[in-house]
Amino acid sequence: MSLFIEQTLNGVQLALLLFLVAAGLTLVFGIMDFMNLSHGSLFMMGAYFAATFVTLTGSFVLGGLIAIVCTTLLGFVIEAVWLRPLFGRGHLDQVLGTFGLVLFFNDFVRLVWGPGGRTVGLPQMLQGHVYFGPNFSYPVYRLVLIAVGLLVAAGLFLLVQRTKTGMIIRAAASDREMAGAIGADINRVSAMVFGLGAALAGLAGLFAAPILTVQIGMGDNILILALVIIVIGGLGSVRGAFLAALIVGLIDALGRAYMPNLLRLILSPVAASTAAGALSSVAIYILLAVILLVKPQGLFPARGAR
Amino acid sequence: MKPPSPRLLLTCGLAVLMALAPLAVRFTGNEYPLIVLTRIVILAIAAVGLDLILGYGGMVSLGHAAFVGIGAYAIGIMTAEGITSGFVQWPLAILAGAVAALTIGALSLRTRGVYFILVTLAFAQMVYFVSVGLDAYGGEDGLVIPTRSQFGALLNLSNRTTFYFLCLLVLFATIALVAHLARTRFGLVLRGAASNERRMRALGFPVYRYRLAAFVIAGALAGLAGILLANHSEFVSPSIMNWGRSADLIIMVVLGGMGSAIGPLLGALIFMLTEELLSHVTTYWQLVFGPLILLVVRFATSGVAGFFPERTDEG
Repeated sequence: MSLFIEQTLNGVQLALLLFLVAAGLTLVFGIMDFMNLSHGSLFMMGAYFAATFVTLTGSFVLGGLIAIVCTTLLGFVIEAVWLRPLFGRGHLDQVLGTFGLVLFFNDFVRLVWGPGGRTVGLPQMLQGHVYFGPNFSYPVYRLVLIAVGLLVAAGLFLLVQRTKTGMIIRAAASDREMAGAIGADINRVSAMVFGLGAALAGLAGLFAAPILTVQIGMGDNILILALVIIVIGGLGSVRGAFLAALIVGLIDALGRAYMPNLLRLILSPVAASTAAGALSSVAIYILLAVILLVKPQGLFPARGAR
Repeated sequence: MKPPSPRLLLTCGLAVLMALAPLAVRFTGNEYPLIVLTRIVILAIAAVGLDLILGYGGMVSLGHAAFVGIGAYAIGIMTAEGITSGFVQWPLAILAGAVAALTIGALSLRTRGVYFILVTLAFAQMVYFVSVGLDAYGGEDGLVIPTRSQFGALLNLSNRTTFYFLCLLVLFATIALVAHLARTRFGLVLRGAASNERRMRALGFPVYRYRLAAFVIAGALAGLAGILLANHSEFVSPSIMNWGRSADLIIMVVLGGMGSAIGPLLGALIFMLTEELLSHVTTYWQLVFGPLILLVVRFATSGVAGFFPERTDEG
C-alpha cells in the first residue's frame, strides 16, 4: 500500500512538471497555431540558470527567482528574434526552424556550461523526509514541489478562466482572426503567452534541477511527453493539458512500480526492470493512439467544432 | 529531339561524379572520405523515400528514422540469432520496415496537419523505447554486428568499394523509382491530394489508401537504408532512431528541394558535408548549424533542386 501511495505521489509530481511545460506549449499552439519544438530548450535553460544562480546566491529561493526571470526574458528574446518570422508559415517550416533552435541551445549550453552535467543542492529545510507512519515517508522537497505545482496550476487556471486577460487568451485560442477583429491585440497576446510559457518552463526546470541531473538534451524527453500531453488534452486547452499530464504522470510512475513484478513472471529480474521502464514509456504512446482513434481532437478541444 | 532538361543533366552529372569518387580515394590513399560518402548515400536513400510522402504527398512525417532503425535492428537481431545470409536478411528487414509503416501509417493517416506531425513523432518515440527495452539485444547500449550480410560468392560487402557501389546503385534505383512513381497515376493522385484533398475525394479517389501505399513504400525504402546503415557501421543502437535523426531527414529533403526525387540526395550531401566541415572547424558546430537551418527555412524553401528545372520549355 505504501508503495502505491509513494508512486502515486511520484506520478503527480511528474505530472505537475510536465503540465508546467505543456501549458505554455498548448497556449502558444492554440493562439498562434505555432508548433514550438524549442520549448524543451527553455526548460533546459531554466535548469541551467537555476544551477548557476542557486550556487551563486547560495539561496534556493532567490537563485530560483533569478533563474525564472532569466528564462522569461530569454523567452521574449526568442519569440522576437527567432520565432516571429515563422508565425503564419506552414507547420513544416515551424518544425524545422524551432528544431534549429534546439540544436543551437544544446551547443550554447555546451559552450557556456561545458559538456558535463550539473547538480543543484537543496537548502537544509527542504532536505529530509516527512514521516506519515511507521513505514512510510516521503521527501519534503517533493511534497513542496507538488504543493507549489498545484498552486501554480490553480493560479494559471484562474488567470485563464476568470480574468479579462484570460478571456482574451481563450478567445484568441478558439479563433485568432475573430478575436483580432473585435479588438484584441494578437501580437501582444502572443508575446505575453510566450513570456508566460517561458516562465512556466523555467519554473519546471528549476523544480527538476535537484531531482534530475541538469544536462544537455534534458529538455528533449520532457518536450516530447509535453507534446503527447497537449495532443491528448486537446491543442490549446489548459484544462485538457492538466488532465492529460495527470494521466501520463500516473501511467509512467505506476507502470514503473508495478510492471516489473508482472514481467518477472515471464522474464529475469534484471530484464524485467529494464523492459518495464520501456513498456511504461510505450504505454503512454499506446494511450495516445487510442485517444486519437476515439477522439481525434483530444479530450478538450479548444477550437469549437473544428 | 528535345534537349535534356537541367534536372536530368544534374542527375546524370551527380551519378558520374559519385561513381568516380572511389578512384579519387584510390589515388589519395585516404579511405575516410569514402566512409563519409557511403553514409551520405545511405541517408540519401531514406531521404528520397521520405520525399515521396513529404515532398509529393505533403505528409510531414516526423518519425521516419524509426523505419531506418527497424531495418537496421532487423539485421542486427538476425545476425545475433545466426542468420547471416543477405538473401534471407534483406527481404525480411525490408518487410519489417514496410509492416511497421503499414501499422503506423494506418493509424497516423487518420489525422491531419499538425496532429499528423505529432503522432508520427510519438509512434517513432514508441519504437525508440521498444528498442531501449530490447535487453537481449543490447538495450540502450546497442548491438555490435560482427559480420556483414553474406551474399556468397556474389558480393563481398566487407570490401568498402564494393559496398559503396552497391549503396550507390540502390540510391539511383530509388531515385528512378520515386521519380517514376511521381509521374504515374499513383503519383498524380498523391500530388493532387497534397494540394487539395477534398477535390481529389470528390473526384472519387480513395485518398487514404493512396497515402497509406506511399507511406508503406517510404517505410520499406527507409528499412532498406537501415539495412545498409547496419552493414556500414556494423553496429546498431537506439540512437539512430532519436527524433533528431527524423528531423535531419526532413531537413535533407527540404534543403535539396521537396518533390524532386534527386533533391534529397543534394540535401543529404549539403547537410552532411556542412556538418562534417563545421565539426572540423569547431566543437560547437550546432551553434552555427541551427541558425543556418532557420535561414534555409526562411529564404530558400524551394531547395537547391529548384535551380535545376525539370522542363526545358519555358512557361
